[in-house]
Amino acid sequence: MNVALFVPCYIDQFFPDVAISTLELLESQGLSVAFPEMQTCCGQPMANTGCTADAAPVARQFVEMFSGYDAVVCPSGSCTSMIRNHYSEYFADDDQRFIKLRDSTFELCEFLVDRLGVRTIKGRFPHRVSVHSSCHGLRELRLGACSEQMVPRENKLRILLESLEGVEVVPISRQDECCGFGGTFAVTERETSVAMGVDRVQDHVQSGSEVLVAGDMSCLMHMQGLIRRREMPMQVMHIAEVLAGRPLPTKQTASAAR
Amino acid sequence: MSIALPIVDHPQAAKDFVNNVPRSHWHDDSLWFVRTKRDRQAQSLPEWEYLRETASAIKRHTIANLPDYLQEFEANAIRMGAVVHWAADAAEHNEIVLGLLRKNKTHRIIKSKSMLTEECGLNEFLIDNGIDVVDTDLGERIVQLRGETPSHIVLPAIHIKKEEVGETFHQHLGTRKGEADPQVLTEAARGHLRGKFLEGEVGITGVNFGIAETGGIVVCTNEGNADLGVSLPRIHIACMGIEKLVPRFENLAVFTRLLARSATGQPITSYTSHFHGPRDENSELHIVLVDNGRSRIRDSDTFRDALNCIRCGACMNTCPVYRRSGGHSYQATVPGPIGSVLGPTKDMKAHKSLPYACSLCGSCTDVCPVKIPLHHQLLAWRSELVGKRLLAWNKRVGMKAASWLFRHPRLFFTAGYTARVALKYLPKSLTHNRLNEWAIDRDLPDPPKQSFRAWYAQNRNVAKPEQPE
Amino acid sequence: MIAEAFENREPQGSKQLILDRLRGRAVPSDGLPEVDPGRLIKFDDRIRQFQETLEFVGGESHLVDSPEQVREILEGIDAFSSADRIASTYPEAIEPTVDLAKVSDPHLLSSLGWTIARGEFAIAENGAIWIDGATLPHRVMIFIAQYLAIVVSRSQIVDHMHDAYARIGAPRPGFGVFVSGPSKTADIEQSLVLGAHGCRKLQVFLTP
Repeated sequence: MNVALFVPCYIDQFFPDVAISTLELLESQGLSVAFPEMQTCCGQPMANTGCTADAAPVARQFVEMFSGYDAVVCPSGSCTSMIRNHYSEYFADDDQRFIKLRDSTFELCEFLVDRLGVRTIKGRFPHRVSVHSSCHGLRELRLGACSEQMVPRENKLRILLESLEGVEVVPISRQDECCGFGGTFAVTERETSVAMGVDRVQDHVQSGSEVLVAGDMSCLMHMQGLIRRREMPMQVMHIAEVLAGRPLPTKQTASAAR
Repeated sequence: MSIALPIVDHPQAAKDFVNNVPRSHWHDDSLWFVRTKRDRQAQSLPEWEYLRETASAIKRHTIANLPDYLQEFEANAIRMGAVVHWAADAAEHNEIVLGLLRKNKTHRIIKSKSMLTEECGLNEFLIDNGIDVVDTDLGERIVQLRGETPSHIVLPAIHIKKEEVGETFHQHLGTRKGEADPQVLTEAARGHLRGKFLEGEVGITGVNFGIAETGGIVVCTNEGNADLGVSLPRIHIACMGIEKLVPRFENLAVFTRLLARSATGQPITSYTSHFHGPRDENSELHIVLVDNGRSRIRDSDTFRDALNCIRCGACMNTCPVYRRSGGHSYQATVPGPIGSVLGPTKDMKAHKSLPYACSLCGSCTDVCPVKIPLHHQLLAWRSELVGKRLLAWNKRVGMKAASWLFRHPRLFFTAGYTARVALKYLPKSLTHNRLNEWAIDRDLPDPPKQSFRAWYAQNRNVAKPEQPE
Repeated sequence: MIAEAFENREPQGSKQLILDRLRGRAVPSDGLPEVDPGRLIKFDDRIRQFQETLEFVGGESHLVDSPEQVREILEGIDAFSSADRIASTYPEAIEPTVDLAKVSDPHLLSSLGWTIARGEFAIAENGAIWIDGATLPHRVMIFIAQYLAIVVSRSQIVDHMHDAYARIGAPRPGFGVFVSGPSKTADIEQSLVLGAHGCRKLQVFLTP
């Protein structure tokens, strides 16, 4: 299988280890993985602000760049959802190239579980872990069951996480509340965004968890920023890092720096 | 006569409420409690998602065929003995109600909760015209006595603490100073409002559902105030948005199963009353059908489904923004996600901040019993606003610049490199200043030594796309 | 802007205006969906389900075999034995102290202590009872009495609201109400208080 790695712009620039972990995970499944080097961004920041005219050319560039692979894999539910659920307005209904790309773009855990049939990741992570379910992965990609709908669904992130040796996943009180990142929302509605984020982190702290794991680095960047400013007793890791066998970061070596 | 509405600045209006952390948490917890009760009720029915699916399909069908169903409803309501009035807008609705009161030489009316009359500003209008208006829903009465507006469509006084209710009741109803026991305060309101019920000359209610097939209307309450309010006086005026119709009597089953479960986590409201015509030959039932912008919403393929709304308030209870910023921060009759969709249909400019008062988490869409794609509609509003140049200039330019940068990969890589270097070497006082909204409350990430693409070039043997590091 | 000029309105002008606006935009639609009864909840023991749900919504239920038993239970309740004004449409158990036929104005029922009414049938899923307004000389008696008792046959309990509406059939002019538990409010800090404006308590007697 000819797989392309789609690395969200902010992961490329600020959290390279998340992308490296993703690459290693995919390679360990025996895949040959390409990184189309001229990739930048999927256009979500513009689209979510309503600037569709500015998002459109970025979307077209994306499709240009990523067509021709059997699968495109991305370590972000939000960016994957942008392609799958929000790109259609930039393309003709019968644009076969876009449709093929849309249907072959996957979030990392979903790709491993659904496309490759992986249920177990070899590795050890002897820590108490709590999971933050990022909204777009949960409610737009349906990577797991959400608390609002009465529909049972497998949680793809948890299947993989729980397969690690020694891991203990602890429950939080609000299983899928938003962390308040929300893209530009984090800035335009700063007060509310911060209040939501602090509450989310508190929930994880109270669960007795050592590390908060999520599939979207954007949520984690927001919560990590709050944790550090307030010196809260919590670490954050992207699921790709956990599955790729990275150790729990110490206070000094945060997950970003490598 | 189009009146420009004052511009709502949601972040500004939310500030005080959010930053009062204990109060914001208390508000958040109260509403989360309601959301949890809703979940338990939804879980109790294996057919929950099937009911949502069916309710949504019934509503879509009804809205599509609305002119036919309205005429069927009118004919049947008249056959049942009701008088049907049509109001194109809020002003006409208010005039019709006032006209009925004048005709009957009435000065005292008792009202049960109706979001439509709130939307039309009926209370203010009637009071200006010398009518004594008494809201009888306890929550509405509390906000009325305090000179406030409801902050939630189902729980109008959810933002008020019991001590504050106690103070209000001490002033207006003569309860003991410092009394804050909900039981005692409710009892005081019961006694006070009993008198008002007995004095009322006309009862005004909203309508939860109108039935085209039978010409009947359904009103749901827990307190019994709507029923008490219309079973004593001779005249009942029911104010109803044109979107409240269901085609058949049997369709009510779907909606009565969803409404209270979604709204308050009860299996059904305490009283679900069905009115087919007036009480007796000496009584009158007037039904006022109101458009007030609904036909305009129906015109839009993007926003039409907002007319599915049965005003359960579940989207407010679940909205993490609403729970923390409070209903008044929306400065609209209907707050929360559905309010942020409806607000701009009335006046786009005045409500331009509301579609952005949302983290796009999508919880509202999944909780909605009639499957309004709320967060998709909020996103759609954003692009409408940008199209009408209503997004702030600096944000528009920022997005244009970002788009340009993303289309020029090499410059993007350089910019990223520069940012990482800047983060690394600039003093915190420069990167974490008040001009950086992100960093006022949040640390920025530690800048890594190199980007992924630089690492990839070094480690996977391809040409380096970035500046040497 | 929505608030458009509607001056020079003719009577009935707005009806035409609204219908014209709506007809001006044809919206394609699917047909009206039918509910598939096979997909709806069924309870093994409808009586028990009804009783549990009624308790959940704040009401009390009693399984009784005779009108005498209804009377005995009511007489054991202090608020009943001390009540002066009692309206009843179930004289087999409780003779009314207020002659509803002689009450011309519903306001005269303001001091009603108890109402004993008949329910047509009950619903297991939500603890509601259907009261047909045609059985009530004054409909306000359901809402104005301090306490309410409803007598309904336990052989007449349906699973859910779909069966309930099917059972009512085509409505005639008049009134009908589903009552589920006593009047209640949680408008002050979400604290549940029974007895908002209507009855403070609800007793339901399930007869054979």
